[in-house]
Amino acid sequence: MSQFLFIYRGGMPAGTSPAEMQQQMGRWMTWLKDLGEKGFVKDPGQPLERAGKVVAGKQKTVTDGPFAEKDLVSGYTLVEAKDLEHATELSLGCPIYTYAGSVEVRPVAKM
Amino acid sequence: MDLDARFFRREAGRLTAALTRLFGVHNLALAEDVAQDALCRALEVWKFRGLPPNPSAWLMTTAKHRAVDVLRRERTARTFGPELERWLKTEWTLTPTVDELFADDAIQDDQLRMMLSCCHPRLPEEAQVALILQILCGFSAREIAAAFLESTAALEKRVARAKKTLAASKNLFDLGDPAQVASRLPAVHRALYLLFNEGYHGASPESAVRVELCQEALRLVSLLLEHRAGQTPATRALAALMCLHAARMPSRLDAAGDLTPFFDQDRSLWDRGMIAEGQRLLHDSADGAELTTYHLEAAIAAVHALAPSPRDTDWAAIVRLYDALLAMRPSPVVALHRAIAVAQQEGPERGLAEVAAIPSRDRLENYPFYAAALAEMELGRGHVDQARAHFQQALSLARNPTERRSLEKRLAACRPSDT
Repeated sequence: MSQFLFIYRGGMPAGTSPAEMQQQMGRWMTWLKDLGEKGFVKDPGQPLERAGKVVAGKQKTVTDGPFAEKDLVSGYTLVEAKDLEHATELSLGCPIYTYAGSVEVRPVAKM
Repeated sequence: MDLDARFFRREAGRLTAALTRLFGVHNLALAEDVAQDALCRALEVWKFRGLPPNPSAWLMTTAKHRAVDVLRRERTARTFGPELERWLKTEWTLTPTVDELFADDAIQDDQLRMMLSCCHPRLPEEAQVALILQILCGFSAREIAAAFLESTAALEKRVARAKKTLAASKNLFDLGDPAQVASRLPAVHRALYLLFNEGYHGASPESAVRVELCQEALRLVSLLLEHRAGQTPATRALAALMCLHAARMPSRLDAAGDLTPFFDQDRSLWDRGMIAEGQRLLHDSADGAELTTYHLEAAIAAVHALAPSPRDTDWAAIVRLYDALLAMRPSPVVALHRAIAVAQQEGPERGLAEVAAIPSRDRLENYPFYAAALAEMELGRGHVDQARAHFQQALSLARNPTERRSLEKRLAACRPSDT
Protein backbone atom coordinates (compact mmCIF):
# COMPACT_ATOMS: atom_id res chain seq x y z
CA MET A 1 0.00 0.00 0.00
CA SER A 2 1.14 3.53 -0.75
CA GLN A 3 0.00 6.83 0.61
CA PHE A 4 -1.82 9.51 -1.33
CA LEU A 5 -2.97 12.97 -0.44
CA PHE A 6 -6.44 14.06 -1.56
CA ILE A 7 -6.47 17.83 -1.86
CA TYR A 8 -10.00 19.25 -2.01
CA ARG A 9 -10.70 22.44 -3.91
CA GLY A 10 -13.86 24.47 -4.22
CA GLY A 11 -16.78 24.80 -1.84
CA MET A 12 -20.49 25.36 -1.93
CA PRO A 13 -21.76 27.95 -4.41
CA ALA A 14 -23.57 31.02 -3.06
CA GLY A 15 -27.30 30.47 -2.74
CA THR A 16 -27.02 26.85 -1.61
CA SER A 17 -29.89 26.27 0.80
CA PRO A 18 -29.33 25.10 4.38
CA ALA A 19 -31.08 21.81 3.58
CA GLU A 20 -28.74 21.21 0.63
CA MET A 21 -25.74 22.01 2.82
CA GLN A 22 -26.88 19.50 5.37
CA GLN A 23 -27.37 16.84 2.70
CA GLN A 24 -23.90 17.55 1.36
CA MET A 25 -22.44 17.18 4.84
CA GLY A 26 -24.21 13.85 5.22
CA ARG A 27 -22.70 12.65 1.92
CA TRP A 28 -19.18 13.59 3.05
CA MET A 29 -19.55 11.87 6.39
CA THR A 30 -20.87 8.71 4.75
CA TRP A 31 -18.10 8.71 2.16
CA LEU A 32 -15.24 9.25 4.63
CA LYS A 33 -16.69 6.72 7.05
CA ASP A 34 -17.02 4.15 4.30
CA LEU A 35 -13.41 4.70 3.11
CA GLY A 36 -12.25 4.44 6.72
CA GLU A 37 -14.10 1.17 7.35
CA LYS A 38 -12.46 -0.33 4.27
CA GLY A 39 -9.08 0.62 5.69
CA PHE A 40 -8.16 3.20 3.07
CA VAL A 41 -7.93 6.25 5.34
CA LYS A 42 -4.59 6.95 6.98
CA ASP A 43 -5.73 10.33 8.30
CA PRO A 44 -9.18 11.82 7.60
CA GLY A 45 -7.46 15.20 7.50
CA GLN A 46 -8.61 18.64 8.46
CA PRO A 47 -10.69 21.45 7.06
CA LEU A 48 -8.85 24.67 6.26
CA GLU A 49 -9.99 28.20 7.05
CA ARG A 50 -10.93 30.32 4.06
CA ALA A 51 -8.83 33.33 5.01
CA GLY A 52 -5.06 33.12 4.83
CA LYS A 53 -1.96 34.69 3.37
CA VAL A 54 0.24 33.96 0.41
CA VAL A 55 3.91 34.80 0.71
CA ALA A 56 5.73 34.75 -2.60
CA GLY A 57 8.82 35.81 -4.48
CA LYS A 58 12.27 36.96 -3.56
CA GLN A 59 10.68 40.03 -2.04
CA LYS A 60 8.51 37.74 0.10
CA THR A 61 5.47 39.71 -0.87
CA VAL A 62 2.59 38.97 1.45
CA THR A 63 -0.93 38.98 0.00
CA ASP A 64 -4.20 38.29 1.81
CA GLY A 65 -6.74 35.60 0.98
CA PRO A 66 -9.58 34.94 0.38
CA PHE A 67 -8.84 33.16 -2.82
CA ALA A 68 -10.92 32.44 -5.89
CA GLU A 69 -13.59 29.85 -4.97
CA LYS A 70 -12.39 27.20 -7.40
CA ASP A 71 -8.72 27.48 -6.33
CA LEU A 72 -9.48 27.50 -2.64
CA VAL A 73 -8.07 24.44 -0.91
CA SER A 74 -10.79 23.54 1.58
CA GLY A 75 -9.22 20.48 3.16
CA TYR A 76 -7.21 17.29 2.68
CA THR A 77 -7.24 13.60 3.49
CA LEU A 78 -4.36 11.13 3.64
CA VAL A 79 -5.36 7.91 1.90
CA GLU A 80 -3.76 4.48 1.54
CA ALA A 81 -4.21 2.71 -1.78
CA LYS A 82 -2.51 0.13 -4.00
CA ASP A 83 -1.41 2.61 -6.64
CA LEU A 84 -2.32 5.91 -8.25
CA GLU A 85 -5.09 4.29 -10.31
CA HIS A 86 -6.63 2.79 -7.21
CA ALA A 87 -6.38 6.09 -5.30
CA THR A 88 -7.98 7.93 -8.20
CA GLU A 89 -10.78 5.40 -8.25
CA LEU A 90 -11.36 5.97 -4.53
CA SER A 91 -11.62 9.71 -5.13
CA LEU A 92 -14.47 9.18 -7.60
CA GLY A 93 -16.89 8.69 -4.72
CA CYS A 94 -16.10 12.08 -3.20
CA PRO A 95 -19.25 14.22 -2.85
CA ILE A 96 -17.30 17.37 -3.79
CA TYR A 97 -18.21 16.83 -7.46
CA THR A 98 -21.88 17.51 -6.68
CA TYR A 99 -20.92 21.20 -6.64
CA ALA A 100 -18.17 21.89 -9.18
CA GLY A 101 -15.35 21.05 -6.77
CA SER A 102 -12.22 19.01 -7.52
CA VAL A 103 -9.94 16.49 -5.86
CA GLU A 104 -6.25 16.49 -6.61
CA VAL A 105 -4.79 13.03 -6.03
CA ARG A 106 -1.04 13.19 -5.25
CA PRO A 107 1.16 10.25 -4.37
CA VAL A 108 3.24 10.86 -1.26
CA ALA A 109 6.85 10.46 -2.42
CA LYS A 110 8.52 7.26 -1.16
CA MET A 111 11.98 7.41 0.45
CA MET B 1 -25.95 10.91 16.73
CA ASP B 2 -27.96 11.73 13.66
CA LEU B 3 -29.17 15.20 12.86
CA ASP B 4 -32.83 15.84 12.15
CA ALA B 5 -33.09 16.56 8.41
CA ARG B 6 -34.51 19.99 9.22
CA PHE B 7 -31.64 20.94 11.53
CA PHE B 8 -29.61 23.26 9.28
CA ARG B 9 -32.75 24.90 7.93
CA ARG B 10 -34.21 25.65 11.34
CA GLU B 11 -30.89 26.76 12.80
CA ALA B 12 -30.57 29.17 9.87
CA GLY B 13 -33.86 30.72 10.98
CA ARG B 14 -32.84 30.96 14.62
CA LEU B 15 -29.47 32.48 13.80
CA THR B 16 -30.89 34.99 11.34
CA ALA B 17 -33.52 36.11 13.85
CA ALA B 18 -30.94 36.65 16.61
CA LEU B 19 -28.43 38.33 14.30
CA THR B 20 -31.06 40.67 12.87
CA ARG B 21 -31.91 41.82 16.37
CA LEU B 22 -28.22 42.46 16.97
CA PHE B 23 -27.43 44.20 13.70
CA GLY B 24 -30.78 45.94 13.25
CA VAL B 25 -33.44 45.06 10.68
CA HIS B 26 -31.85 47.43 8.14
CA ASN B 27 -28.87 45.03 8.15
CA LEU B 28 -31.03 41.98 7.42
CA ALA B 29 -28.79 40.98 4.50
CA LEU B 30 -25.72 41.09 6.74
CA ALA B 31 -27.47 38.94 9.33
CA GLU B 32 -28.37 36.39 6.65
CA ASP B 33 -24.77 36.35 5.42
CA VAL B 34 -23.36 35.73 8.88
CA ALA B 35 -25.89 32.95 9.50
CA GLN B 36 -25.05 31.34 6.15
CA ASP B 37 -21.37 31.65 6.99
CA ALA B 38 -21.80 29.80 10.27
CA LEU B 39 -23.59 26.95 8.45
CA CYS B 40 -20.85 26.79 5.78
CA ARG B 41 -18.26 26.53 8.51
CA ALA B 42 -20.18 23.79 10.23
CA LEU B 43 -20.33 21.86 6.97
CA GLU B 44 -16.58 22.23 6.37
CA VAL B 45 -15.53 21.30 9.90
CA TRP B 46 -18.09 18.61 10.75
CA LYS B 47 -17.54 16.63 7.59
CA PHE B 48 -13.95 15.95 8.71
CA ARG B 49 -14.34 15.83 12.47
CA GLY B 50 -17.87 14.55 12.90
CA LEU B 51 -20.64 16.26 14.81
CA PRO B 52 -19.76 18.18 17.97
CA PRO B 53 -21.54 17.14 21.20
CA ASN B 54 -23.97 20.04 20.91
CA PRO B 55 -24.31 21.09 17.24
CA SER B 56 -26.75 23.89 17.98
CA ALA B 57 -24.46 25.48 20.57
CA TRP B 58 -21.50 25.08 18.22
CA LEU B 59 -23.32 27.00 15.49
CA MET B 60 -24.40 29.67 17.94
CA THR B 61 -20.85 30.20 19.19
CA THR B 62 -19.52 30.35 15.66
CA ALA B 63 -22.14 32.92 14.63
CA LYS B 64 -21.46 34.91 17.80
CA HIS B 65 -17.73 35.13 17.07
CA ARG B 66 -18.38 36.21 13.51
CA ALA B 67 -20.89 38.77 14.74
CA VAL B 68 -18.45 40.26 17.25
CA ASP B 69 -15.82 40.51 14.48
CA VAL B 70 -18.28 42.32 12.24
CA LEU B 71 -19.36 44.65 15.03
CA ARG B 72 -15.76 45.56 15.90
CA ARG B 73 -14.74 46.06 12.30
CA GLU B 74 -17.76 48.06 11.23
CA ARG B 75 -19.01 49.89 14.26
CA THR B 76 -17.79 53.21 12.93
CA ALA B 77 -18.99 52.60 9.38
CA ARG B 78 -22.46 51.21 10.11
CA THR B 79 -25.21 51.67 12.59
CA PHE B 80 -26.50 48.52 14.23
CA GLY B 81 -29.54 47.47 16.26
CA PRO B 82 -31.06 50.71 17.59
CA GLU B 83 -32.00 49.35 21.02
CA LEU B 84 -28.57 47.84 21.52
CA GLU B 85 -26.37 50.33 19.74
CA ARG B 86 -24.94 51.97 22.83
CA TRP B 87 -23.98 48.62 24.36
CA LEU B 88 -22.14 47.64 21.24
CA LYS B 89 -19.97 50.77 21.13
CA THR B 90 -17.52 49.84 23.87
CA GLU B 91 -15.56 46.65 24.45
CA TRP B 92 -16.80 46.59 28.06
CA THR B 93 -20.33 45.79 27.11
CA LEU B 94 -19.97 44.35 23.60
CA THR B 95 -19.40 40.67 24.42
CA PRO B 96 -21.84 40.43 27.35
CA THR B 97 -24.53 42.05 25.23
CA VAL B 98 -23.94 39.61 22.39
CA ASP B 99 -23.87 36.66 24.81
CA GLU B 100 -27.17 37.68 26.31
CA LEU B 101 -28.71 38.03 22.89
CA PHE B 102 -27.80 34.47 21.97
CA ALA B 103 -29.34 32.90 25.07
CA ASP B 104 -32.10 30.37 24.28
CA ASP B 105 -35.08 32.37 25.52
CA ALA B 106 -33.78 35.51 23.80
CA ILE B 107 -33.62 33.65 20.48
CA GLN B 108 -37.14 32.40 21.03
CA ASP B 109 -38.34 36.01 21.34
CA ASP B 110 -36.26 37.04 18.34
CA GLN B 111 -38.00 34.47 16.19
CA LEU B 112 -41.34 35.79 17.35
CA ARG B 113 -40.30 39.39 16.67
CA MET B 114 -39.22 38.33 13.21
CA MET B 115 -42.49 36.50 12.58
CA LEU B 116 -44.51 39.57 13.49
CA SER B 117 -42.16 41.82 11.49
CA CYS B 118 -42.58 39.63 8.38
CA CYS B 119 -46.33 40.24 8.53
CA HIS B 120 -45.83 43.91 7.80
CA PRO B 121 -49.14 45.53 6.76
CA ARG B 122 -47.55 46.97 3.63
CA LEU B 123 -46.73 43.51 2.33
CA PRO B 124 -49.19 41.34 0.38
CA GLU B 125 -50.06 38.05 2.11
CA GLU B 126 -48.10 35.84 -0.29
CA ALA B 127 -45.02 37.98 0.30
CA GLN B 128 -45.43 37.63 4.07
CA VAL B 129 -45.60 33.86 3.73
CA ALA B 130 -42.56 33.78 1.44
CA LEU B 131 -40.58 35.94 3.89
CA ILE B 132 -41.44 33.70 6.83
CA LEU B 133 -40.45 30.63 4.84
CA GLN B 134 -37.14 32.09 3.82
CA ILE B 135 -36.04 33.97 6.93
CA LEU B 136 -37.51 31.86 9.73
CA CYS B 137 -37.71 28.43 8.14
CA GLY B 138 -34.48 28.58 6.14
CA PHE B 139 -35.94 27.55 2.77
CA SER B 140 -34.17 28.86 -0.34
CA ALA B 141 -36.07 30.74 -3.02
CA ARG B 142 -35.85 27.68 -5.25
CA GLU B 143 -37.38 25.43 -2.60
CA ILE B 144 -40.23 27.86 -1.89
CA ALA B 145 -40.87 28.35 -5.59
CA ALA B 146 -41.11 24.57 -6.04
CA ALA B 147 -43.69 24.30 -3.27
CA PHE B 148 -45.81 27.09 -4.75
CA LEU B 149 -45.34 25.98 -8.37
CA GLU B 150 -43.78 29.29 -9.30
CA SER B 151 -40.64 30.24 -11.14
CA THR B 152 -37.61 30.80 -8.91
CA ALA B 153 -36.97 34.14 -10.61
CA ALA B 154 -40.48 35.41 -9.83
CA LEU B 155 -40.22 34.30 -6.23
CA GLU B 156 -36.75 35.81 -5.79
CA LYS B 157 -38.09 39.10 -7.07
CA ARG B 158 -41.02 39.01 -4.68
CA VAL B 159 -38.82 38.15 -1.71
CA ALA B 160 -36.27 40.83 -2.61
CA ARG B 161 -39.02 43.45 -2.74
CA ALA B 162 -40.48 42.25 0.55
CA LYS B 163 -37.08 42.29 2.23
CA LYS B 164 -36.61 45.87 1.11
CA THR B 165 -39.88 46.83 2.80
CA LEU B 166 -38.90 44.90 5.91
CA ALA B 167 -35.40 46.43 6.02
CA ALA B 168 -36.90 49.90 5.65
CA SER B 169 -39.17 49.40 8.64
CA LYS B 170 -36.33 50.64 10.90
CA ASN B 171 -37.25 48.57 13.92
CA LEU B 172 -38.14 44.98 14.48
CA PHE B 173 -41.57 44.48 15.92
CA ASP B 174 -41.82 45.52 19.58
CA LEU B 175 -43.12 42.64 21.69
CA GLY B 176 -43.41 44.86 24.74
CA ASP B 177 -46.49 46.70 23.51
CA PRO B 178 -49.56 44.45 23.94
CA ALA B 179 -51.83 46.69 21.86
CA GLN B 180 -49.43 46.58 18.93
CA VAL B 181 -49.04 42.83 19.20
CA ALA B 182 -52.81 42.40 19.30
CA SER B 183 -53.26 44.46 16.16
CA ARG B 184 -50.58 42.49 14.28
CA LEU B 185 -51.72 39.01 15.34
CA PRO B 186 -54.56 38.58 12.82
CA ALA B 187 -52.10 39.04 9.94
CA VAL B 188 -49.74 36.50 11.52
CA HIS B 189 -52.58 34.00 11.98
CA ARG B 190 -53.60 34.47 8.38
CA ALA B 191 -50.06 33.94 7.09
CA LEU B 192 -49.61 30.76 9.16
CA TYR B 193 -53.04 29.55 8.04
CA LEU B 194 -52.06 30.06 4.39
CA LEU B 195 -48.75 28.33 5.01
CA PHE B 196 -50.49 25.32 6.52
CA ASN B 197 -53.10 25.16 3.76
CA GLU B 198 -50.46 25.37 1.08
CA GLY B 199 -48.89 22.30 2.64
CA TYR B 200 -52.19 20.49 3.12
CA HIS B 201 -54.06 21.26 -0.08
CA GLY B 202 -51.38 22.87 -2.20
CA ALA B 203 -50.76 22.19 -5.84
CA SER B 204 -47.19 21.00 -5.48
CA PRO B 205 -46.89 17.33 -6.41
CA GLU B 206 -43.85 16.86 -4.16
CA SER B 207 -45.44 15.48 -1.02
CA ALA B 208 -42.30 15.79 1.11
CA VAL B 209 -42.24 19.56 0.72
CA ARG B 210 -45.91 19.78 1.59
CA VAL B 211 -45.53 17.90 4.83
CA GLU B 212 -42.66 20.20 5.75
CA LEU B 213 -44.80 23.28 5.15
CA CYS B 214 -47.43 21.92 7.53
CA GLN B 215 -44.79 21.10 10.11
CA GLU B 216 -43.36 24.60 9.89
CA ALA B 217 -46.79 26.15 10.32
CA LEU B 218 -47.30 23.99 13.42
CA ARG B 219 -43.88 24.90 14.80
CA LEU B 220 -44.48 28.62 14.30
CA VAL B 221 -47.95 28.56 15.82
CA SER B 222 -46.48 26.75 18.84
CA LEU B 223 -43.83 29.44 19.09
CA LEU B 224 -46.65 31.97 19.17
CA LEU B 225 -48.43 30.00 21.90
CA GLU B 226 -45.33 29.89 24.07
CA HIS B 227 -45.24 33.66 24.38
CA ARG B 228 -47.66 35.52 26.60
CA ALA B 229 -48.41 38.03 23.84
CA GLY B 230 -49.40 35.26 21.45
CA GLN B 231 -51.66 33.27 23.77
CA THR B 232 -55.02 34.39 22.44
CA PRO B 233 -58.15 32.31 21.75
CA ALA B 234 -57.58 32.81 18.01
CA THR B 235 -54.03 31.45 18.21
CA ARG B 236 -55.27 28.40 20.14
CA ALA B 237 -58.08 27.82 17.64
CA LEU B 238 -55.62 28.07 14.75
CA ALA B 239 -53.28 25.61 16.46
CA ALA B 240 -56.23 23.28 17.11
CA LEU B 241 -57.23 23.46 13.46
CA MET B 242 -53.70 22.56 12.36
CA CYS B 243 -53.41 19.63 14.80
CA LEU B 244 -56.79 18.19 13.83
CA HIS B 245 -55.96 18.34 10.13
CA ALA B 246 -52.38 17.15 10.54
CA ALA B 247 -53.71 14.14 12.48
CA ARG B 248 -55.37 12.91 9.28
CA MET B 249 -52.21 13.16 7.15
CA PRO B 250 -51.14 9.52 7.53
CA SER B 251 -54.29 8.32 5.74
CA ARG B 252 -54.32 10.83 2.89
CA LEU B 253 -51.90 9.00 0.62
CA ASP B 254 -52.04 5.29 -0.11
CA ALA B 255 -49.02 3.00 -0.44
CA ALA B 256 -48.54 4.08 -4.05
CA GLY B 257 -48.51 7.76 -3.04
CA ASP B 258 -51.97 8.44 -4.48
CA LEU B 259 -54.55 10.65 -2.76
CA THR B 260 -57.22 8.70 -0.92
CA PRO B 261 -60.63 10.43 -0.98
CA PHE B 262 -61.72 11.60 2.48
CA PHE B 263 -64.62 9.15 2.57
CA ASP B 264 -62.37 6.15 1.88
CA GLN B 265 -59.60 6.96 4.34
CA ASP B 266 -58.51 4.38 6.90
CA ARG B 267 -59.35 6.18 10.12
CA SER B 268 -57.29 3.79 12.24
CA LEU B 269 -54.25 5.57 10.79
CA TRP B 270 -55.25 8.93 12.20
CA ASP B 271 -52.87 10.25 14.83
CA ARG B 272 -54.76 9.98 18.13
CA GLY B 273 -52.18 12.06 19.99
CA MET B 274 -52.58 14.94 17.56
CA ILE B 275 -56.36 14.69 17.77
CA ALA B 276 -56.23 14.87 21.56
CA GLU B 277 -53.91 17.87 21.38
CA GLY B 278 -56.25 19.55 18.88
CA GLN B 279 -59.24 18.92 21.14
CA ARG B 280 -57.41 20.32 24.14
CA LEU B 281 -56.46 23.46 22.21
CA LEU B 282 -59.97 23.85 20.84
CA HIS B 283 -61.37 23.54 24.35
CA ASP B 284 -58.94 26.19 25.65
CA SER B 285 -59.72 28.46 22.70
CA ALA B 286 -63.28 28.85 23.96
CA ASP B 287 -61.90 30.93 26.80
CA GLY B 288 -63.05 34.44 25.90
CA ALA B 289 -65.62 36.19 23.81
CA GLU B 290 -63.66 35.97 20.57
CA LEU B 291 -65.04 33.64 17.90
CA THR B 292 -62.98 33.40 14.72
CA THR B 293 -63.23 31.40 11.52
CA TYR B 294 -60.38 29.29 12.96
CA HIS B 295 -62.66 28.27 15.83
CA LEU B 296 -65.34 27.14 13.39
CA GLU B 297 -62.97 25.34 11.05
CA ALA B 298 -61.33 23.61 14.01
CA ALA B 299 -64.74 22.59 15.35
CA ILE B 300 -65.65 21.05 11.96
CA ALA B 301 -62.32 19.20 11.88
CA ALA B 302 -62.98 17.97 15.44
CA VAL B 303 -66.37 16.49 14.46
CA HIS B 304 -64.68 14.57 11.64
CA ALA B 305 -61.74 13.52 13.80
CA LEU B 306 -64.02 12.00 16.43
CA ALA B 307 -66.41 10.23 14.05
CA PRO B 308 -65.73 6.49 13.65
CA SER B 309 -66.80 6.55 9.98
CA PRO B 310 -68.30 8.95 7.41
CA ARG B 311 -71.69 7.32 8.01
CA ASP B 312 -71.50 7.82 11.79
CA THR B 313 -70.66 11.50 11.51
CA ASP B 314 -72.77 14.26 13.00
CA TRP B 315 -73.43 15.88 9.61
CA ALA B 316 -76.14 18.13 11.04
CA ALA B 317 -73.58 19.67 13.40
CA ILE B 318 -71.19 20.11 10.49
CA VAL B 319 -73.85 21.86 8.38
CA ARG B 320 -74.59 24.23 11.29
CA LEU B 321 -70.89 25.04 11.69
CA TYR B 322 -70.61 25.72 7.96
CA ASP B 323 -73.63 28.03 8.22
CA ALA B 324 -71.84 30.01 10.94
CA LEU B 325 -68.64 30.03 8.90
CA LEU B 326 -70.49 31.30 5.81
CA ALA B 327 -72.09 34.05 7.87
CA MET B 328 -68.65 35.14 9.01
CA ARG B 329 -66.77 34.69 5.75
CA PRO B 330 -68.90 34.05 2.68
CA SER B 331 -66.97 32.01 0.12
CA PRO B 332 -68.06 29.68 -2.66
CA VAL B 333 -65.53 27.03 -1.54
CA VAL B 334 -66.98 27.01 1.98
CA ALA B 335 -70.50 26.87 0.50
CA LEU B 336 -69.45 23.88 -1.61
CA HIS B 337 -68.23 22.05 1.48
CA ARG B 338 -71.49 22.85 3.19
CA ALA B 339 -73.41 21.39 0.25
CA ILE B 340 -71.32 18.21 0.46
CA ALA B 341 -72.28 17.92 4.14
CA VAL B 342 -75.95 18.45 3.27
CA ALA B 343 -75.69 15.69 0.66
CA GLN B 344 -74.36 13.36 3.37
CA GLN B 345 -77.12 14.28 5.74
CA GLU B 346 -80.12 14.54 3.42
CA GLY B 347 -79.08 12.77 0.25
CA PRO B 348 -77.48 13.76 -3.08
CA GLU B 349 -80.62 15.47 -4.48
CA ARG B 350 -80.60 18.00 -1.63
CA GLY B 351 -76.82 18.40 -1.99
CA LEU B 352 -77.15 19.24 -5.70
CA ALA B 353 -79.89 21.76 -4.92
CA GLU B 354 -77.58 23.42 -2.40
CA VAL B 355 -74.77 23.55 -4.96
CA ALA B 356 -77.13 25.16 -7.48
CA ALA B 357 -77.95 27.82 -4.87
CA ILE B 358 -74.31 28.83 -4.23
CA PRO B 359 -73.91 32.53 -5.05
CA SER B 360 -71.06 33.28 -7.49
CA ARG B 361 -70.83 29.57 -8.28
CA ASP B 362 -68.94 30.43 -11.48
CA ARG B 363 -65.86 31.17 -9.34
CA LEU B 364 -65.60 27.45 -8.61
CA GLU B 365 -65.42 26.45 -12.25
CA ASN B 366 -61.64 26.04 -12.36
CA TYR B 367 -61.52 24.17 -9.08
CA PRO B 368 -61.16 20.42 -9.76
CA PHE B 369 -62.91 19.48 -6.50
CA TYR B 370 -66.04 21.33 -7.56
CA ALA B 371 -66.55 19.11 -10.60
CA ALA B 372 -65.53 16.09 -8.51
CA ALA B 373 -68.12 16.93 -5.83
CA LEU B 374 -70.84 17.25 -8.46
CA ALA B 375 -69.74 13.92 -9.92
CA GLU B 376 -69.98 12.19 -6.54
CA MET B 377 -73.49 13.53 -5.96
CA GLU B 378 -74.64 12.49 -9.44
CA LEU B 379 -73.12 9.08 -8.88
CA GLY B 380 -74.89 8.96 -5.52
CA ARG B 381 -78.27 9.35 -7.17
CA GLY B 382 -77.45 6.90 -9.96
CA HIS B 383 -76.90 9.38 -12.81
CA VAL B 384 -73.78 7.64 -14.07
CA ASP B 385 -73.45 9.53 -17.37
CA GLN B 386 -73.54 12.93 -15.66
CA ALA B 387 -71.11 11.68 -13.04
CA ARG B 388 -68.71 10.53 -15.75
CA ALA B 389 -68.91 13.90 -17.51
CA HIS B 390 -68.17 15.76 -14.27
CA PHE B 391 -65.23 13.50 -13.43
CA GLN B 392 -63.84 14.09 -16.91
CA GLN B 393 -64.20 17.83 -16.36
CA ALA B 394 -62.41 17.50 -12.99
CA LEU B 395 -59.62 15.49 -14.64
CA SER B 396 -59.03 18.25 -17.18
CA LEU B 397 -58.52 20.66 -14.26
CA ALA B 398 -56.28 18.43 -12.12
CA ARG B 399 -53.17 20.26 -11.03
CA ASN B 400 -50.76 17.36 -10.62
CA PRO B 401 -50.37 13.63 -11.32
CA THR B 402 -51.54 12.69 -7.82
CA GLU B 403 -54.86 14.47 -8.26
CA ARG B 404 -55.15 13.05 -11.76
CA ARG B 405 -54.64 9.43 -10.69
CA SER B 406 -57.13 9.72 -7.86
CA LEU B 407 -59.76 11.16 -10.23
CA GLU B 408 -59.06 8.48 -12.82
CA LYS B 409 -59.86 5.86 -10.21
CA ARG B 410 -63.18 7.53 -9.44
CA LEU B 411 -63.94 7.83 -13.15
CA ALA B 412 -63.31 4.10 -13.55
CA ALA B 413 -65.92 3.49 -10.84
CA CYS B 414 -68.60 5.10 -13.06
CA ARG B 415 -69.83 1.93 -14.74
CA PRO B 416 -73.28 1.92 -16.28
CA SER B 417 -75.62 0.32 -13.76
CA ASP B 418 -76.86 -3.22 -14.46
CA THR B 419 -80.51 -2.39 -14.02
